[in-house]
Amino acid sequence: MAFQIIAGCVNCWACAPLCPSAAIVAATPHFRIDAKLCTECDGVYADPQCASICPIEGVILDSAGVPLNPPGSLTGIPPERLAAASAEIRAR
Amino acid sequence: MLELNRSIHGASATGGSTPAADRLAQLPAAIRAKINTHPCFSEDAHHHYARMHVAVAPACNIQCHYCNRKYDCSNESRPGVVSELLTPDQAVKKVLAVAAAIPQMTVLGIAGPGDPLANPERTLETFRQLAEKAPDIRLCVSTNGLALPELVDELCQYNIEHVTITINCVDPDIGAKIYPWIFWNHRRITGRKAAEILIQRQQEGLEKLVARGVLVKVNSVLIPGVNDAHLPEVSRVIKAKGAFLHNVMPLIAEPEHGTFYGLMGQRSPTTAELDALQTACAGDMAMMRHCRQCRADAVGMLGEDRNQEFTLDKIEQLEIDYAAAMQRRAQVQAEIEAKRAAARQPSPSVLVALPLIERPRAQPQPQKLPTTRPLLVAVASHSGTHIDQHFGHAREFLIYEATAEAVRRVAVRSVDLYCTGAAECDDTDNRLAQTLRALDGCEAVLCARIGYEPWGKLEAAGITPNGEHALEPIEMAIAAVYAEWQAAGRLTPQTAAPARLSA
Repeated sequence: MAFQIIAGCVNCWACAPLCPSAAIVAATPHFRIDAKLCTECDGVYADPQCASICPIEGVILDSAGVPLNPPGSLTGIPPERLAAASAEIRAR
Repeated sequence: MLELNRSIHGASATGGSTPAADRLAQLPAAIRAKINTHPCFSEDAHHHYARMHVAVAPACNIQCHYCNRKYDCSNESRPGVVSELLTPDQAVKKVLAVAAAIPQMTVLGIAGPGDPLANPERTLETFRQLAEKAPDIRLCVSTNGLALPELVDELCQYNIEHVTITINCVDPDIGAKIYPWIFWNHRRITGRKAAEILIQRQQEGLEKLVARGVLVKVNSVLIPGVNDAHLPEVSRVIKAKGAFLHNVMPLIAEPEHGTFYGLMGQRSPTTAELDALQTACAGDMAMMRHCRQCRADAVGMLGEDRNQEFTLDKIEQLEIDYAAAMQRRAQVQAEIEAKRAAARQPSPSVLVALPLIERPRAQPQPQKLPTTRPLLVAVASHSGTHIDQHFGHAREFLIYEATAEAVRRVAVRSVDLYCTGAAECDDTDNRLAQTLRALDGCEAVLCARIGYEPWGKLEAAGITPNGEHALEPIEMAIAAVYAEWQAAGRLTPQTAAPARLSA
């Protein structure tokens, strides 16, 4: 039972001080979660702390590999709008 | 759409037209002393003194729809963008290096790239060290306000004299359209509830700071259709609570920034809208009109950025004798003050009255028809007082509105607030296109010199380049141009350039 930080993390440091298990470490190329220490905040907080402050969608996964903050959930930007805009910008 | 003719909303003609400098002159002496050398607070000081930001605070505790937490481009110049994150120790070293190299650097601010008070250890440790090692530098911080109330006491402990709070609304229903979420009491909170908490914390923080004698400036982002009609109310509330300066800034939103507003088609305000709103908010409150919306790691005079001279690899080997630097800084700053005092001697007064001008079509014709129409003029100026910059060197233009009665500065427009993608960053044609965008609505541009090619492009865009007034004082030169155009019949109300009134 542990979360995982994946590529896309912008190293903003928001999560690390909040972790009740001190499981989050600054690393290169991005922060990572020590799976041996992570408790998913079970029994300490109602919501997992790292995933509740993380500003980047899709970069923290649960133990099943599912994003805790799926695309569109934090910014409110519909994923299809983001994809269309990226394609437009690339095509310029 | 740019409207050269403006109506004044809710502000008396005199109240709406007093320049910021005059308004600041009405502040108590104790406050004036605190802002006299602060380039971000005093319009006059920014011509003489420099500031720097250190990027020690990456984390944020809220999300704003105009912010993208992923963005980093060394060529882009806007708030929230940095190239190099610093530890408090590195930041202190950098501040001492810059203070020694730029003796007129008087102010150190922590402004992000996240929220400084959402990183209390890093932010406060930087302030603690600087208060001890560089007592001659003024310290300030900006924040969204969420974590502010409980940190006021500690901020005061480190001699923080200035705090800027970004307050975009005092109505949670409007806030819900600006802030998708906040992180509060160990939970992510969304919607109206989130905005309600944020607003309450901002107001509480503002009150506490004022009670402690800390100067509070309020920044508001003008978001057309979201908070534009509401900002005069924000201005009223924050003024009643004791904020001393209100800075209404235009939303920056382009699809390539990847922000909610940028991608969802929320437009930025026109300069005319910004100017009208700043006037509407003014009442008798000091408004700030010289903000440059700089990066969270900017170094130098407002509008310039010398950060690349002070990157970590360059400062790491430096040994700084700060005691010696402090002496030199005091000497340089005393010379600046002597010069400013001399410049304050009575000079030919510049009229600033803004006559109430009716819109020609939308409203009934006024009794007395203005015999000439206003003219919007851009100026390339390094000094801020004289026309002393080459057109091609200008990274920003001072925008003046001239009428038969007065010449008044209405805005400062940056050429390169926007990064349009790495491939185009240094492209000359692209630069010129950006410059033309910054000059939108202006009919003339005054500069010390200008190249042949941009001359032609400006004329093609309907903007008259003018290098005839090189090195002259700005207002006098514009008045001369206005008189010349008037005599040539170019300023009768019917001659308003249609392209720009309808564009």
